[in-house]
Amino acid sequence: MQMRKIEKQLIINTVKRLALDANMHIGESFLDKLRNALKLEKSNIGKHVLNQIIENDEIASNDFEPMCQDTGLVVVFLEVGYDVHFDFDLYDAVNEGVRQAYTEGGLRKSVTLHPITRGNSNDNTPAIIHLKLVEGNQIKITLAPKGGGSENMSLVKMLTPAEGIEGIKKLVLKSIFEAGGKPCPPLVVGIGIGGNLEKSALIAKEALMRDINDESSDPLLAKLEKEWLEEINLLGIGPMGFGGTTTALAVKINAFPCHIASLPVAINIQCHASRHQSALI
Amino acid sequence: MKINTPISDETIASLKAGDRVYISGKIYTARDSAHQKMVKLIEENKPLPFDPNGQIVYYTGPTPAKENKPIGSCGPTSSYRMDPFAKDLMQAGLKIMIGKGDRSQSFITEMIKFKGIYLQAVGGIGALLAKTVKKSSVIAFPELGAEAIHELEVVDFPAIVTYDIFGGNLIIDEVKKYQKIDVDGIKHD
Repeated sequence: MQMRKIEKQLIINTVKRLALDANMHIGESFLDKLRNALKLEKSNIGKHVLNQIIENDEIASNDFEPMCQDTGLVVVFLEVGYDVHFDFDLYDAVNEGVRQAYTEGGLRKSVTLHPITRGNSNDNTPAIIHLKLVEGNQIKITLAPKGGGSENMSLVKMLTPAEGIEGIKKLVLKSIFEAGGKPCPPLVVGIGIGGNLEKSALIAKEALMRDINDESSDPLLAKLEKEWLEEINLLGIGPMGFGGTTTALAVKINAFPCHIASLPVAINIQCHASRHQSALI
Repeated sequence: MKINTPISDETIASLKAGDRVYISGKIYTARDSAHQKMVKLIEENKPLPFDPNGQIVYYTGPTPAKENKPIGSCGPTSSYRMDPFAKDLMQAGLKIMIGKGDRSQSFITEMIKFKGIYLQAVGGIGALLAKTVKKSSVIAFPELGAEAIHELEVVDFPAIVTYDIFGGNLIIDEVKKYQKIDVDGIKHD
């Protein structure tokens, strides 16, 4: 394939646009998922909450206002073709796009300078950037502004192989029940099974980037996604933890081979402001 | 039910877990860093940036306001992080806290002792809640940016009484109604 040169400005502009769009537009397929949940929800307060969420997301999209005041720590997945050439620092370009979106676009700056001494970086950088090399001469950019409330309820646990499917399910149910309303349900639950400590967390995050209506291509995982979603919705947490039958809208499981001694499990919780957008350049 | 700030003890006593309220008047924003600073002022016997008696603190850090708008998106943040600071503020007269999510038992015990109440606004609906804010001004700690204390003038700001002074706990009561499985995956009726 012919080598293709990519300009820095194209990366900056694309990242900026994705950050703004993701914060304002939840997207029709997710809104449909919420509208469908409203039809099925049994609790009156639950229905009231779902109605407010739907109305909010419509206002945000129409008025181009952030749907949530927590406009997130930006996570960016870059899938870069082998035949792409660039003569600049890709990480700098992504952060410049984030900086422009957050300083010019009315988004909240939610990133500290240092995790212990705190302070604010004042431009929402740095983004968390994951780089993957793929075939071709294009770059796919997927950007997700990830809120703090739901990320705080996420976890990684190293289970033993003997704990198996039942052990993973119990961990999922327990963590979602204990989180209650704090991660802003209805949730999307991203689960990474296998790999090692960091790989499980990464594939759990990648699971959250999947289409809201897809299912795993692995038949076992597809079955678990369906079963666990039903069981999570029997926990009673409901929309925003006010009680009800809609605690999660989807479960997304990604898996990866792991060590014979291990069964790493990462649970990455996504709030109902499930924001992610992609572009191919 | 519509309520106006500042809130009287009689009004607080009339509110029960599960009531939907619509608040009008002045309320004050504060989240993690502003709470740390206010508790430090209390420890140093210095006045707070606003008179807390009968007042409402709303746990939020809004997005910047666009031109011609009083405020940006302004939904509630998780309340449990403010639990360690709540007692000192209630002792100073604060009556109502608005945030999201459940809180510690020690918070609930102190809240009942000081005859305060905890309301929840729906999390993640900052664009909708912003429409109830008519004015906003920073009254303390501007260096904190979104975390600065803002005085908001609100009209019919929607919230749901979550813990009342009689021990009513909306979260526990409502979740129990719909819980059909325990955390070990055992289903029950």
